[in-house]
Amino acid sequence: MTSKITRCLMPNRTSLFRWLFVGALLTFSGAAQAAWQPTKSITFVVTGGAGGGADQMARLIQGIVSKYRLSKQPIIVVIQNGGGGGQGFLDIKNSPGDPHKIAIVLSNLYSVPLSTNLDFNWRDTTPVALMALDEFVLWVNARSPYKTAQDYIAAVKASPGNFKMGGAGSKREDEIVTAVIEHATGTKFTFIPYKGGGEISTQLIGGHIDSDVNNPIEHIAHWRADEVRPLCVFDTQRMPFKDKVTKTESWNDIPTCRESGIDAQYLMLRGILMPKGVTADQLAYYVNLLREVREKPEWKEFIAKGAYKESFLVGDEFTKFLEEDEARHKEIMKKADFLAQSGSVK
Amino acid sequence: MDNILPLLHGFSVVLTSYNVALMFLGILLGIVVGVLPGLGGPNGVAILLPLTFTMEPTSAIVMLSCIYWGALFGGAITSILFNIPGEPSSVATTFDGYPLAQQGRAGEALTASFSGSFLGALVGVLLITFLAPLVAKFALRFGPPEFFAVYLLTFCSFIGMGQESPMKSIVSMMLGFALAVIGMDTMSGQMRLTFGWTGLMQGVDFLIAVIGLFGIGEILVTIEEGLAFKGKSANLNPKVVFQTWARLPKYWATLIRSSLIGCWMGVTPGGATAASFMGYGIAQKFSSRRDRFGTGEIEGVVAPETAAHASGTSALLPMLALGIPGSATAAVLLGGLMIWGLEPGPLLFVEHKDFVWGLIASMYLGNIVGLIIVLSTVPLFAAILRVPFPIIAPIIIILCAIGAYSVHNSVMDVWFMLGFGAVGYLFKKLGFPLAPLVLALVLGDKAEDAFRQTMLASKGDLSIFWSNGLVGTITVLAIVLLFWPAIVSLCRRMRSPKLGQAVP
Repeated sequence: MTSKITRCLMPNRTSLFRWLFVGALLTFSGAAQAAWQPTKSITFVVTGGAGGGADQMARLIQGIVSKYRLSKQPIIVVIQNGGGGGQGFLDIKNSPGDPHKIAIVLSNLYSVPLSTNLDFNWRDTTPVALMALDEFVLWVNARSPYKTAQDYIAAVKASPGNFKMGGAGSKREDEIVTAVIEHATGTKFTFIPYKGGGEISTQLIGGHIDSDVNNPIEHIAHWRADEVRPLCVFDTQRMPFKDKVTKTESWNDIPTCRESGIDAQYLMLRGILMPKGVTADQLAYYVNLLREVREKPEWKEFIAKGAYKESFLVGDEFTKFLEEDEARHKEIMKKADFLAQSGSVK
Repeated sequence: MDNILPLLHGFSVVLTSYNVALMFLGILLGIVVGVLPGLGGPNGVAILLPLTFTMEPTSAIVMLSCIYWGALFGGAITSILFNIPGEPSSVATTFDGYPLAQQGRAGEALTASFSGSFLGALVGVLLITFLAPLVAKFALRFGPPEFFAVYLLTFCSFIGMGQESPMKSIVSMMLGFALAVIGMDTMSGQMRLTFGWTGLMQGVDFLIAVIGLFGIGEILVTIEEGLAFKGKSANLNPKVVFQTWARLPKYWATLIRSSLIGCWMGVTPGGATAASFMGYGIAQKFSSRRDRFGTGEIEGVVAPETAAHASGTSALLPMLALGIPGSATAAVLLGGLMIWGLEPGPLLFVEHKDFVWGLIASMYLGNIVGLIIVLSTVPLFAAILRVPFPIIAPIIIILCAIGAYSVHNSVMDVWFMLGFGAVGYLFKKLGFPLAPLVLALVLGDKAEDAFRQTMLASKGDLSIFWSNGLVGTITVLAIVLLFWPAIVSLCRRMRSPKLGQAVP
């Protein structure tokens, strides 16, 4: 059934070009190509919800791999987001040496084990690649009087605990960003956890919360319709995308929070891991595969559209990134009292 | 009425032979997805999503939304024939659909369910066509207190239904709430009731519980009682479609009520499952034949199906107009839209007219195509019941196992399903109703989240549930419905004092 549909969707001419292209690719990258090839379908574990950021990226990678035939074996996306993704982490941990399993993770990689005592650490896996970083932006309702981050923070400071910040989940990235703001400015929000970014967007537009720290893509449509207003981005520099998003502004026009006098930064990883105990050849296969995915126009479009931060790290660089990022999360979460007390979940 | 011209344009976009072929393909795939328990609409659409990346966005959404319609139609088939809901939203359809099938009236039940679905969807599409911007704004008024009030209304419209004792209903509902708690708590980020076991981290999946409780439980009871399906004598006359149609206008009030409930729940977004339960509960409360509900009433099939389909359709409205998914399937479609480079939201209607109106046109056409396909298969499906029980029972069990496995590709879920089967059997033997458990399981954690979000925002002040006209009205409505049986009996007692004592 599946192959029939695919075939009828692809006119012959394009597929001929595609084959030539694949052929050329194989010739050029022949030397770099690892010796190992998958011998059965590859399971791609998603540790976030269906339709969410991690799922979208996984399905895009799956789509690009099948469109350009980058792999002889199909990729099958499986959602394992139980326990904030803990289920997926344990699946990777408990499949040592399995070269046909990879997982996409977000910063739940540290926040979930730290806040719930889940018996898992990223060192139980083989890090493959950092694919991109997620930006976080402070948003308020467009009808609110706050034009800048200073205005808004000043108002929150004047009435601590009476401003509602909405975010996805509890003690996860959104509440961590909120804790970073609170720590940097010495103020206090009432944090209200929701299930996901889409729900939070509606709540902000409907005026049920005062602000959120959604990713750019979660609010792009509402920003363009002038329903929400971005105040600042939690990065060290402005986002590089200069194409106009609204009539007058681009992502690049949003000031950093530091420019606005709030010394708060936070970026979230989008990384790929695989089980421990795989061979160097097997790891190299996936690194090459993902490197090729990144070359494709669909990927570049996806990055620009979602205003992700371009970043690609593999090997020791990625491991070093994970070490530093983990230490940073531990520090923030300790200060905010988000760490789990005792006992261990097996 | 400014929307007629763009709609006609939409039809011209959709009516190419390629798109119509995709429509048929989508509906057929959808029916398969809907019939297989466990492999619901969201999974079906997610699996087929990557296939559409090479297509035009309009063709892609036509096919995907047709899978969605097909799944909604198909979900009712197994509910009626075997008491196994193929989709969460068709649980309420089993209450009267299955007794009808047992009485050899499967054809009537199927026809009524499909026709109700179609009418519900039609109302949903009309709403999208003409009232999109207005309705979308209404959805924005729903914050945590409003959501909690809606869930309360669903619970209240359902309490006191059925012939079982109220205490048994409450026990069943409380068990459902307890099951809904398992897994990660949104509000605290902690695991609850997992006993440190990975298998429970995901929580109890509603679909697995339903497949076990209804499907396996039913088979166990049937084996014990030797109660073979009476479908052998089923009337396979194709005329059954028209005979049933002739009787449908009688239920006009239920049809309208269920459509409205469905549209409301789809837009807000309460979801198709909540809509179907509420549709059933309300229909029963207001029906003149309320005592016969649960024993095989056509009205009891029409009410939940109409509401579920109206809700499933109108759930696409907030997705398109606001970028908020109204259902799990809509959430997956939303991800697809973004990958095709379309941003759902208020500007979608302005910037991608072809796409939006093509989609709306395909909703009309898809549902008509769907109705024709499913109605023509009614005699075929009814004929399945002629297969002797010893042959069909193992097939059902295998289908249930495949369904449970396919929810998360996990063997553990199959064991859970069998466990729930045993629970379902015990419930039936002891006369506990299953419906309150299922309802509490599906809405319990949502209601809890909404309540705790409300309390965080109001700093523990309960008066927030009366703080504005909208939430106040829903809350009062819920309380009135909760005490409806008492109100009715009070009125009766006042009218005829002598009969009054018998009513509790």
